[in-house]
Amino acid sequence: MAQDAAAPADTFTKLLIRNAELFGKRPAMRHKDLGVWQTWTWSEVLDIVRAYAVGLHRLGLKRGETIAVVGANRPMLYWSVMAGQMLGAIPVPVYADAVADELAYVLAHAEGRFAAVEDQEQVDKLQSVMPRLPKLEQMFYDEKRGLRDYDHSRLHSMDDIIADGRKALAEDPKVGAWLDAEIAVGKGSDSSIIIYTSGTTGASKGVMLTNEGSIKAATDTVKFDKLTENDVALAYLPLAWVGDHYLNYAQGMVAGFCTACPENADTAMQDLREIGPSFYFAPPRTLELLLTRVMIRMEDAGFLKRKMFHYFIGVARRYGERILNGQPVPLIGRLLYAIGNILVYGPLKNVLGFSKVRVAYTAGEAIGPDLFNFYRSIGLNLKQLYGQTEAFLYVTAHPDGEIYSDTVGPAFPNVDLRIAENGEVQFKSPGMFSGYFRDEGKTAEVMTPDGYVKTGDAGFIDEKTGHLKIIDRAKDVGKLNDGTLFPPKYIENKLKFFPNIREVVAYGDKHDFVAVMLNIDLTAVGSWAERNNVVYGSYQELAGHPRVYDMIAEHVAEVNRSLAQDKMMVGAQIKRFLILHKELDADDGELTRTQKVRRGFIAERYAPLVKALYDGSKEADIATEVTFEDGRKGTISARVTIRDMQTEPVPSLEKAA
Amino acid sequence: MRAPSGPEVAVGDVLLSVENVSLSFGGVKAVSEVSFDIRKGEIRAIIGPNGAGKTSMLNVINGFYHPQEGRITFKGETRTKMRPYEAARGGIARTFQNLALFRGMTALDNIMAGRTLRMHKNIFWQLLRFGPAMTEEVEHRRHVEEIIDFLKIQEIRRTPVGRLPYGLQKRVELGRALAMEPELLLLDEPMAGMNMEEKEDMSRFVLDVNDYFGTTIALIEHDMGVVMDLSDRVLVLDHGIKIADGTPGEVKSNQAVIDAYLGVAH
Repeated sequence: MAQDAAAPADTFTKLLIRNAELFGKRPAMRHKDLGVWQTWTWSEVLDIVRAYAVGLHRLGLKRGETIAVVGANRPMLYWSVMAGQMLGAIPVPVYADAVADELAYVLAHAEGRFAAVEDQEQVDKLQSVMPRLPKLEQMFYDEKRGLRDYDHSRLHSMDDIIADGRKALAEDPKVGAWLDAEIAVGKGSDSSIIIYTSGTTGASKGVMLTNEGSIKAATDTVKFDKLTENDVALAYLPLAWVGDHYLNYAQGMVAGFCTACPENADTAMQDLREIGPSFYFAPPRTLELLLTRVMIRMEDAGFLKRKMFHYFIGVARRYGERILNGQPVPLIGRLLYAIGNILVYGPLKNVLGFSKVRVAYTAGEAIGPDLFNFYRSIGLNLKQLYGQTEAFLYVTAHPDGEIYSDTVGPAFPNVDLRIAENGEVQFKSPGMFSGYFRDEGKTAEVMTPDGYVKTGDAGFIDEKTGHLKIIDRAKDVGKLNDGTLFPPKYIENKLKFFPNIREVVAYGDKHDFVAVMLNIDLTAVGSWAERNNVVYGSYQELAGHPRVYDMIAEHVAEVNRSLAQDKMMVGAQIKRFLILHKELDADDGELTRTQKVRRGFIAERYAPLVKALYDGSKEADIATEVTFEDGRKGTISARVTIRDMQTEPVPSLEKAA
Repeated sequence: MRAPSGPEVAVGDVLLSVENVSLSFGGVKAVSEVSFDIRKGEIRAIIGPNGAGKTSMLNVINGFYHPQEGRITFKGETRTKMRPYEAARGGIARTFQNLALFRGMTALDNIMAGRTLRMHKNIFWQLLRFGPAMTEEVEHRRHVEEIIDFLKIQEIRRTPVGRLPYGLQKRVELGRALAMEPELLLLDEPMAGMNMEEKEDMSRFVLDVNDYFGTTIALIEHDMGVVMDLSDRVLVLDHGIKIADGTPGEVKSNQAVIDAYLGVAH
């Protein structure tokens, strides 16, 4: 088995060599180019990476220094990571959609002399911030289009670098021997990568991970999910995100499976269907988007198809989950489910690209029980995991057969998990980080004296299941003026589980009551508007429509009813809400690059609205600056309506008991 | 700003010249005695107020209309009457002011249609899809895929064109024209009805086509900002008469042009 052989290889480069020996002829990487899937085997990849590493060395890349990698999921960029690691340099992947400013921050902090970038767009972005990057010397690009007329004194095509390395290797056998020696010098304790956190809380920090730790962690999860060289994954999530580096890169290296890169970001869904991955990860948001899309298309389908779909989805809701968990199900249920599988679930999974998925994970945000159960009921083995960059992703995960939509599973094998007295989740794990890059102060802040990492999340171990439950970020849990507990995310998530609501920001800490600002989901509400003859010209107009307000008010009322069920939360019902005139956007700094709301920043930016929520006014004016993709700025101004809500009465104590 | 051009797209010899062309429909003079030329590798804009005869001029160039007077010389060959398909075979491709795509066909098939003139195997071979016809089709498909990659429309490859938004349809139409590997590309208002972002994308593509394939481009456009940024030389028509011809800078300060656009006090 692949996993057993992994033990002696203590660096990713050695793993690559092992894979080329063990699975030389098996596919390591696929990429759709000019409409055709191109495949590279493990031995071809090794060959390319060796030449690339020699080429990089000839340009001056040295052991221990950083090399930035900016772009989408493309083989060349993964190979840039591999080639950097082969020389003992430390790759620093950066989000491809980062605006120039963010890019400058990370690159300046990482102090790299080299940057491997995807295309002209990234070259332009870097050149625009050059004055802030005095250390940056050379840039390498994958896609040459549009770059022909650029000054090439500090700019190289990756193809040229590889060709140069290949030539050097062919001409002089000493070069190959030198490279082998360099690879042998690499140690497990060396940093293999620096991943910058998305910065939900302030400036992003560079998380240093070691070869050894990463490989150990990946070995554990590969064993846990029984991944082998026969598996396939589609790398469609940002290259710079720890999840991609872990799930596709590290696990792919350890298990030897094939990582496929989509043609471009917009084709990921089609590519998913063509590749038919066996291992799949999607954040709740993506799963939600897929479901919304399916539901909208079903509304447009013919009468017969629609009836059939809804009938069998009902069957799946009743029996699907239990069949997947191997629990007893009446014969008639099994029969109906089998028919449904032929008529509905099978074709649906095929359309979504899930036909061959054996293990699927979701993480990053709380997932709505309806959403989670939907996918499980149609036979997708969807599980949750909990983790963070500092842990190299995994802290807990659902084992097969023990799945609950409101837990994130028990501690992972070899992970030591504990809940601190203040309710904070802390852990110690094989893959945990060695420190923040050039920031010992911050490193000391998140470590306990006995070597545990503070996650900053508040949670508890569920008594019934033994699984971990996450409530919120520990520092976000606040109190209303009357002392009621106020976990903003808990309330936000309850609202976000409605397909019509895309984003929510809840306020209440040190206030008299809970009030929320929200974004409607343009796809779902737009489709609703079409069916109900509501005319609108823009997001802003739709968001301000009285009938949309009525619809959202119903959702809020339902959340209030659900909050009233819980005696801890009954006081945290929503008294007032408003619908924002614009969608919250990462380009404006309102969301992180991983699409989490930055509550504090939003409170500042929309201060007049927050004030209006609490001073009883019915309307408020707001003008906000927006940043376009190319960095230009404009202003949107609007008058936003605020709606009052009825709250559920506090149930008497006997009733609650 | 235009990037400095490489050697292979250097603006050079005259590719097409129009001499004293007049075109009238009954009593209406659409174009009268207009002369100008288009040089190899340049981006040539034709501007003018509504009804100035811009589209008529393009139609004359690609043989859709036949001028009553004047001569058109393309690649050294002078013709008074040229059929559109002859123009296409000769290397002139165009897009239309109002889209002219096959709405029920996919983007891929629409662009593939642009290769028709370059297919050499006869219909029987093609029906068989076997042997040399297959080899030829693969070769054409590769070329079309390069265009799809160039225009970044991979995600709509299999989408029927009728379902696409307007801006993307325009891009598919440009793709079909490019599939002909034209020497001269005529674009009739490529940016009409587009928003700011789509216009910027389209401008980028026009520049890239000129730079990457070395294609000579003649375009009609109303957005002055776009015209001034893109083109090497600008021809200004008004009521079918040439009132100015020169670099964007020259044209911008030309009194006749200012009068035509802003009106003159009488």
